[in-house]
Amino acid sequence: MAETRRSLPSRIWRAIPPGIRAPLGVVSAVIALVWVVLCLIGPQITPHDPLAQNLPLYQPPGVDTLLGTDELGRDVFSRILAGAQVTVGLALLLVVMSMVVGSVLGVVAGFFGRWVDEAIMRFTDLVMAFPTVILAMVTAAALGASLFNAVLAALIVSWPPYARVVRSMVLSLRHQEYVASGRLLGFSPLKSIGVDILPNVAGPTLVMASADIGTAALLLSGLSFLGLGAKPPSPEWGAMVSSAVRHFDKWWMGVFPGLAILTVVICFNFLGDALRDYFDPKGATR
Amino acid sequence: MPQPSVSPASGDNSDPALPSAGRQGRRSHAALLRYLGKRLVISVFLLFGITLVTFILTNLVPGDPVAAAVGQRAAEDPAVVAAFRAKYGLDLPLPQQYANYLARLVQFDLGTSWQTHNPVAKDLSTAIPATMEIAFAAIVCAAIIGVVFGAWSAYKRGKITDQVLRMVSLVGISVPTFWMAIVCFYVFYYRLGIAPGSGRLTPGVSAPPHVTGMYTVDALLAGDLRAFVDAAAHLSLPTLVLTLYTIGLLTRFSRTSFLEVLDSVYVRAAKAKGLPGRTVFFKYVLRAAAIPILTVVGLAFGSLLSGTVLVESIFSWPGLGSYAYQSASNLDLLAVMGVGLFVGVVYLSINLAIDIAYGFIDPRVRVG
Repeated sequence: MAETRRSLPSRIWRAIPPGIRAPLGVVSAVIALVWVVLCLIGPQITPHDPLAQNLPLYQPPGVDTLLGTDELGRDVFSRILAGAQVTVGLALLLVVMSMVVGSVLGVVAGFFGRWVDEAIMRFTDLVMAFPTVILAMVTAAALGASLFNAVLAALIVSWPPYARVVRSMVLSLRHQEYVASGRLLGFSPLKSIGVDILPNVAGPTLVMASADIGTAALLLSGLSFLGLGAKPPSPEWGAMVSSAVRHFDKWWMGVFPGLAILTVVICFNFLGDALRDYFDPKGATR
Repeated sequence: MPQPSVSPASGDNSDPALPSAGRQGRRSHAALLRYLGKRLVISVFLLFGITLVTFILTNLVPGDPVAAAVGQRAAEDPAVVAAFRAKYGLDLPLPQQYANYLARLVQFDLGTSWQTHNPVAKDLSTAIPATMEIAFAAIVCAAIIGVVFGAWSAYKRGKITDQVLRMVSLVGISVPTFWMAIVCFYVFYYRLGIAPGSGRLTPGVSAPPHVTGMYTVDALLAGDLRAFVDAAAHLSLPTLVLTLYTIGLLTRFSRTSFLEVLDSVYVRAAKAKGLPGRTVFFKYVLRAAAIPILTVVGLAFGSLLSGTVLVESIFSWPGLGSYAYQSASNLDLLAVMGVGLFVGVVYLSINLAIDIAYGFIDPRVRVG
């Protein structure tokens, strides 16, 4: 129990295997932080207007246009900075939303049991029976192409793992003595969930969510790449790579937005891995 | 077992009056059958669930299918709309519509694509072999390399090799496949010129006679070496891209499986009694780790099929992925649903096969 009293940053730090703690952990944490900051201030600090088509077309990377210009004379670097808000911001939003939806369903299923549990878990099985990309694509196509619908479609495929994990945690918590005694004291289900169950479920769920941010960014940019997400002028990274397919000899148009996606996914995956290793001691030795 | 027993210490096995082996054998047989039956029933329900999902998405989407099909002007005429709705059964109650939808599905009638004007089932029958060709090639390469990496990494746990392999596999699963495809195409085709361009064959090389629909296999069957070499060369880049992604996945999972086995008592015992490392690996470790690894390979195959959606369009590979991509970007709903339905069913079959294999191999599963 002494472990849990350490501050979160120190726990995260200890989670990183000592051999790679210095370079990898720090680098990925820093990159993740940079992207989150850019997600907030990115659009304000772009050197050029990310939407204005006022530069020479197909400019290779140079001094003025750091990462070149695209087929409409827009600055790739500025678009990547502005796009952080779209890709990273929506990935964070998606993870939070799937965590909330999945946790609510998982808590309800685990706490009330019986037919509620059956109904929710069979529904979860059903959604999980589909491969994620395909189901998200099918849903996004049915709803119509827009960024909002892409997030909605991604949400539909992203909540089930949370529901499963949270439910199994609630099931084991329900039989703990302090939860039972709370109920004997006359706690309403809502109070019992809020006071006794949620605080215990929150930690592992957050760890799971942090490992999920990279996947969310990949899924959303993939949908935009397919033309089912961001609409053309929007500087979404997946959509930028998609437009580069038609101009693949102008390598900078596709390579840099792709690298942006890659760095986001890698650093959040590294952080998520480190967190999971730490909170799951059995996994940490592995 | 809620069986009242006279002496508390005697279980079923220790009772000499019972032919314990025979009884147990029969019981475990029944348990296996019950388990298989349960899995089958669940799969059938999931199958219905999948069709229900595609039905709902196809029929209840915002946006008027009538207007989309007959055009905006005709849709303003109530008589035309009523006739259209009657013709396609859209005026029937929803359960009836769903039953009709299922009846059509059973006959492999997935509707007609707005885009190609072909029946979706016909489009799929040409697209599926093209995708399977890449998917099989990629899963074989990825399984071999991934399992070797996983074993290597597990044996060198905590050492620098392990750290590097873990890092590489994490990078592997973090790379957006659609981006990797463009980079590979640019480097190997455009810059280095060592890979052929897009498509399944170089223009001028004629396709081998249709047997399986997989050009490499068909070319070999027909003894057409030139077509085989050309088809294999075209296959290489898309396979490479999908392999890279899948290697990461398989390395991570097989590493975990190997670690579990390496930690087990019998492997430590085998090592302790001085068996050579090679014997321990092939006779003990690989055998025990094989089952979970096969499971993951099966699941990876499913995710590979969805990965092709993002890769094929870049290589103009006329498979499921390109088809899904083109239909999705033109909002050709029935075609997208066809792909979704097919991949969903494949996914479900793989899961069922894995469940059944587990039931046969691991007695704990069917009892629990």
